[in-house]
Formats: sequence, structure tokens, C-alpha cells
Amino acid sequence: MIEALFSPFAEFEFMQRALVGVIAIALGGGPVGVFLMLRRMSLTGDAMAHAILPGAAVGYLLAGLSLPAMTVGGLVAGVVVAMAAGLVSRLTALKEDASLAAFYLLSLALGVTIVSLRGSNVDLLHVLFGTVLALDDNTLLLLGGISTLTVLALAVLYRPLVLECVDPTFLRSVSRAGTPTHLIFLGLVVMNLVGGFHALGTLLAVGMMMLPAAASRFWASDITLMMILSVVIGIASGICGLLLSFHLELPAGPAIILAAGVAYVISLMLGREGGLLWLAWPGRHLEA
Amino acid sequence: MTAPATAIRFDEVTLGYGRRPAVHHLDGEIPAASLTAVVGPNGAGKSTLLKGIVGTLKPLDGRIRLTGAASRTPIAYLPQAAEIDRSFPLSIYDLVAMGLWSRSGLFGGITRKDNTRIEEALAAVGLTGFERRPISTLSGGQMQRALFARLLLQNSPVILLDEPFTAIDAKTTADLLELVQRWHDESRTVVAVLHDLDVVKRVFPQTLLIAREPVAWGETQEVLKPENLLKARRMVEAHDPHAAACHRNVA
Repeated sequence: MIEALFSPFAEFEFMQRALVGVIAIALGGGPVGVFLMLRRMSLTGDAMAHAILPGAAVGYLLAGLSLPAMTVGGLVAGVVVAMAAGLVSRLTALKEDASLAAFYLLSLALGVTIVSLRGSNVDLLHVLFGTVLALDDNTLLLLGGISTLTVLALAVLYRPLVLECVDPTFLRSVSRAGTPTHLIFLGLVVMNLVGGFHALGTLLAVGMMMLPAAASRFWASDITLMMILSVVIGIASGICGLLLSFHLELPAGPAIILAAGVAYVISLMLGREGGLLWLAWPGRHLEA
Repeated sequence: MTAPATAIRFDEVTLGYGRRPAVHHLDGEIPAASLTAVVGPNGAGKSTLLKGIVGTLKPLDGRIRLTGAASRTPIAYLPQAAEIDRSFPLSIYDLVAMGLWSRSGLFGGITRKDNTRIEEALAAVGLTGFERRPISTLSGGQMQRALFARLLLQNSPVILLDEPFTAIDAKTTADLLELVQRWHDESRTVVAVLHDLDVVKRVFPQTLLIAREPVAWGETQEVLKPENLLKARRMVEAHDPHAAACHRNVA
């Protein structure tokens, strides 16, 4: 039993690399996901994950499966779509969710078309679902760098970020930090999505962000604890997913997201903070 | 005796949305250390006026000047039905501690002395023992008490309150009015939008009666005369779709 848990990581280098990769993704993605959720921007995260595809695809078209080209392309596309959706919702009658949906459908279609122009179906699968079992040194460095930067930036921006969610009017009355904070946060979201994109692909990258965050909401009523839990759940899902994929020969990316999904469903059922079980059988009311 | 210093000066201020004025040609001043009530019918521009003073709404015309201490420190502002996300996982202590923002800023820590001040503010509004409760568990009145504790910590020379006692019970209103009185005794400038004229007559020496245009401004007893109130009530609420551009003060 213990053999089955440890030996894959002890024996195979690609499993070790995958492990480091998912830990890095969970460290940055979890806290960012918690803030996305609390800011009611979960769907924004989803939309932006798809939005980075055409950028990465143009990078691929120019330079093949090259890390820097696809990273830069993805970052540029993500930022452009985030800004464009924000501007459309601010300047026209269309609300932000509708304009994001429009942009991300457009991006997804465009991205798949661009990749197909040059590549094979294998490359398309690579772009859509990632290659968590084939992470090279540079990709690992990129993932580590992104999660380091994310954790540092969140530590610095923690106060205005929280205040902008809870009481934006108050923040505006005491400080001008609101808008820059929001923009930097969007930048962090895009960065983490691009990192997740290399490992898990454009369709699943957002899964390592939102599923652990949503699961942690059912266990904690305190934001710090929530962020820690989201990281723990993310790492645990990563390890479970990799082991499942190794032993049952499942595709690794989907296995990781499925593991995170199971964690979410269990939390939804049993979570102490508003889980279904506690809603169904709350116990007798208290005296005071 | 010198004339009392001015805290907020209005020069022919027009505030509004789009090109529609909500506050039309307001001219005058709020003296430092005064306690002023702003009254008027719904839609008279009371909240708009406070937004103009805080600076979240730029005047369409004219200008609002903050002078003296008011120009140096941020104004403490309690909006009407503050847009607080009650579902956010935050403790009451943390909500109140945000009042220290102007001292601690984005990054500064909270010292032991600050800690004492937070405890004192919570005690002043009668919320001792609520520190660790999440804000989602507060009732409307308790939330208003917490927000007053935050105003206490902001320690600002100018305090703006937008309908602070709407949907608040008599006991809580009385407690919070005591705080307002305390701010007045500490020579802070307090401006409050209110609907309860009895409270205004009892507590507030100065009143601005506004119905889009200023109707009367000065001593409360003078301002709240029946003829002024009647005039304010005649304000037409609907937009005039054919309104022409306003040329007052242009010539």
C-alpha cells in the first residue's frame, strides 16, 4: 500500500517533476482562487483561462511548442481580454459577465483554429489539456516563479484586496489603492492561468484555482484559514490525481482535476460551514 | 472674537448625474466644529451632496473646498446603507480595525496601542465581546454600531453620516447620538443627513434644508419653520425631459 503511494515518485523522474509542478500551481492558484470566489469573479477566471488560448496559439504558430513564446502570447492575450471585457462593460449597456462570455467563446474558437492551422491533433490536445507529465526545467522554474510572485504580491496587497471586496465605498473614501489593486490582482490571475495552462491546458487550468477554493469555503469562516486550506486541498488533489493516473493509466491532467472535484463534492456534502449534511440535520436548536 | 473657521466651502456648486442637477447652485459654508443636519424630501440631493464633499462625485459646476484640518486628513464617511458584503468571511474586529487605515495605510502593522484603541471603540458602541464574531452574524443595528466604532477610530476632523439612523431602534439611535454629541464636543465638524425632525431639533444646532435647490440654511429653529418645509415639499421629483441648459451665473 505505502509502496504504491511512494514508489512512483521515488522511481520516476517525470513523476517528481509533475509533483513539483502541481505543488507550485496549488500554492499560487489556491489563494488567487479564494479571492476570485470572494469577489464573485469565479466565472471571470474561467473566461480568462480560455482567453489566453489564442495568444498561446499565436506563440505556437510562430515558434512551435516553445515555452517563452506561448507564455508571452498567453499573458498578452489574457490581459487584453480582461481589459477589453472591463471596458465594454463600463462603456456599453452589456454587463461584464455577458461581455466575458462573448470574448471567451471568440478566443476559444480562434485559438483552436490557429493551433489546427499548423499542428497535429496531438499538439491540439497538448494545448487544450496540458502535459503535466512532461514538464521540463524551464517550465518548472516558470511555475515556481509564478507561485512565489503570487504569494508575495498577495501578502503585500492583502489589506486593500480584502477591503475592496467587503466595503469598496469605504476604501474609496480613505485611499486610491482600489483600482491599481484590482488591476494587479487581474494580472496575478492571468499569470497563474498561464502557469496552469502549461501543466493542465487551457480547459482545465482554472480547475486548480476554483475547485480547491470552493471546497475550502465549506470548512472555514476565516479568510486566512480558507487560503491555507485551499493550498492543502490543491496539493492533495495533485498528489491523488498523479497517483491515480500512474496506477490506472488515466490522463494526468483530468485525473488531478477529478481529484479536486471529489474534494469539492465531499466538502459540499460534509463541510462544517454550510455543507448539505449540516443543513439537512442541523440538530436541535440551542438555548441561547 | 473672530469669525469661526470654515471647514467646507461651497462655491455655486452643482452636483448631478449626466447633465441632470441633483444639487443645484449651492453656495455657502459649513463652519469648522459645527454640527449640521441636512434634511429634505427623498430625491432632494442630500446623499449626492455628501458624495460631493467626500469627492467620489465631481461637481458639474462650481467647486467644493475643504479648508484647515479638513483638507489634510481624509473625511470619515458613513454612506447610506453601506454596500458591505456581509457574506465575506471577516470578523467584526477586522472590520472595525479598518478605521485605522489612515495611520496604518496599506502595509503598516497594528500595534498593541492600536489594539487598545480598537477595544475602546468597540466598548464605546457597546459591542464588547463581539470581536471574533463574523460580520455575517450581525443584525442591522449591530452593524451600524460596528460602523460607528470604525468612524471613531478614523479620528477624522470631519465626519459625514448619510441617514445613520434609518431602520435603527430607539435604544441604538440614542446610543449613537451620544457619540455624535461627543464628536461635537471634541470640536469635530459633523454633517448628518436625517429624516427625523425631532432628533434634528433636539441635537443639531445647524440645519440645511434642501430640495434640489437649497431652501434654507442656518439655525435649526429658523430653518425648520412650516413655510420652509412646505416649500421643500413642493419640489418636483420628475425630470423635465425638455430642460434647457442652465445659464444662471453665466452672464
